Amino acid sequence: MEKTWNNKAWFMVLPVLVLVAFSAVIPLMTVVNYSVQDTFGGNQFFWAGSEWFEEMLHSDRFWAAMGRNLIFSAIILTIQIPLGIFIALNMPRKGWGVPVCLVLMALPLLIPWNVVGTIWQVFGRIDIGLLGYTLHALGFDYNYVNDPFDAWVTIILMDVWHWTSLVVLLCYAGLVSIPDAFYQAAKIDGASRWAVFRYIQLPKMQRVLLIAVLLRFMDSFMIYTEPFVVTGGGPGNSTTFLSIDLVKMAVGQFDLGPAAAMSIIYFLIVLLLSWVFYTVMTNYDVEK
Amino acid sequence: MDFSWMAWTLPTAAFFITIFLMLVGMGVWEYFSPGGNPRVGILRFETTRGDRLFVSLLGAAFIHLAWLGMIGPNLWWALALAVVYAIGVFRFV
Repeated sequence: MEKTWNNKAWFMVLPVLVLVAFSAVIPLMTVVNYSVQDTFGGNQFFWAGSEWFEEMLHSDRFWAAMGRNLIFSAIILTIQIPLGIFIALNMPRKGWGVPVCLVLMALPLLIPWNVVGTIWQVFGRIDIGLLGYTLHALGFDYNYVNDPFDAWVTIILMDVWHWTSLVVLLCYAGLVSIPDAFYQAAKIDGASRWAVFRYIQLPKMQRVLLIAVLLRFMDSFMIYTEPFVVTGGGPGNSTTFLSIDLVKMAVGQFDLGPAAAMSIIYFLIVLLLSWVFYTVMTNYDVEK
Repeated sequence: MDFSWMAWTLPTAAFFITIFLMLVGMGVWEYFSPGGNPRVGILRFETTRGDRLFVSLLGAAFIHLAWLGMIGPNLWWALALAVVYAIGVFRFV
């Protein structure tokens, strides 16, 4: 039977397109407009051409923040993806433990970002925070306010605490969808625990892992609220990520032109890396 | 409605009109030749013509940024390079 082609389904996505136009396209167009102009307020703009882009591309401050962002995302993915898989593999599949584990896992995801930041800001304090005080009492020279390494450890721990649950829940959803017959066949064949993971569980989790990697990459690369609340980008600039730097530039210094140019470069890099991740992982899936 | 806060300029308006016309053109192309013409090119994975437009536009943005960062503010040669790149993408990817 010949397949009927028509494009009427596009009308179904029209409401979403209108919403996206107002929430994303119009702001993006405005940012592009600002990126080639200079302003001192009062809706008065002066043409600057590609000046802000050149300034950003030659800015050490920009590239340092970019480097921090890339390192942060790499560390987050390296920790959260294996840890999420490990926890999901060890969660119960039957009985009363299932709802308990699911609720416990979902809890960190329900807490707003700024509250997470505040929790960890207090948690890490050496005078009243459980983590900071305990580490100090044990003889560790921990102080996230003064030490860049400690600040990084705190932010990474906070992100792991906040977002590993997402990876766990996605992986768990992939694991529970595997029919028992697969495990029975593996048992008959005498497959080891590793072989079951490698040839049954991992392939079945691949689609949800793709979503997990993409979401965690994009979110960690655009992280703002939590580190801003905990360290404010310090000590020095050691935890100043691109988003924090962007807000400092746009809101703090009112340099709307350079901030808009930085936003566009930032956006293009997120878009490129997300496309690469998505393409590599979906095509690996197709090849399999 | 007052859109002066969007700070429109002629070059940025021309840029967005060009993108918009490209999307309309893709829509018309899809109408006359439905299915997106999927094929496997030099990247060794399947792409539709929508994917090829996306790769062309993203690549063009990075060509312009690289030119600006490494050579200078005269972007006409970068534009020419981006057009050649886009033709290459539509032909071989």
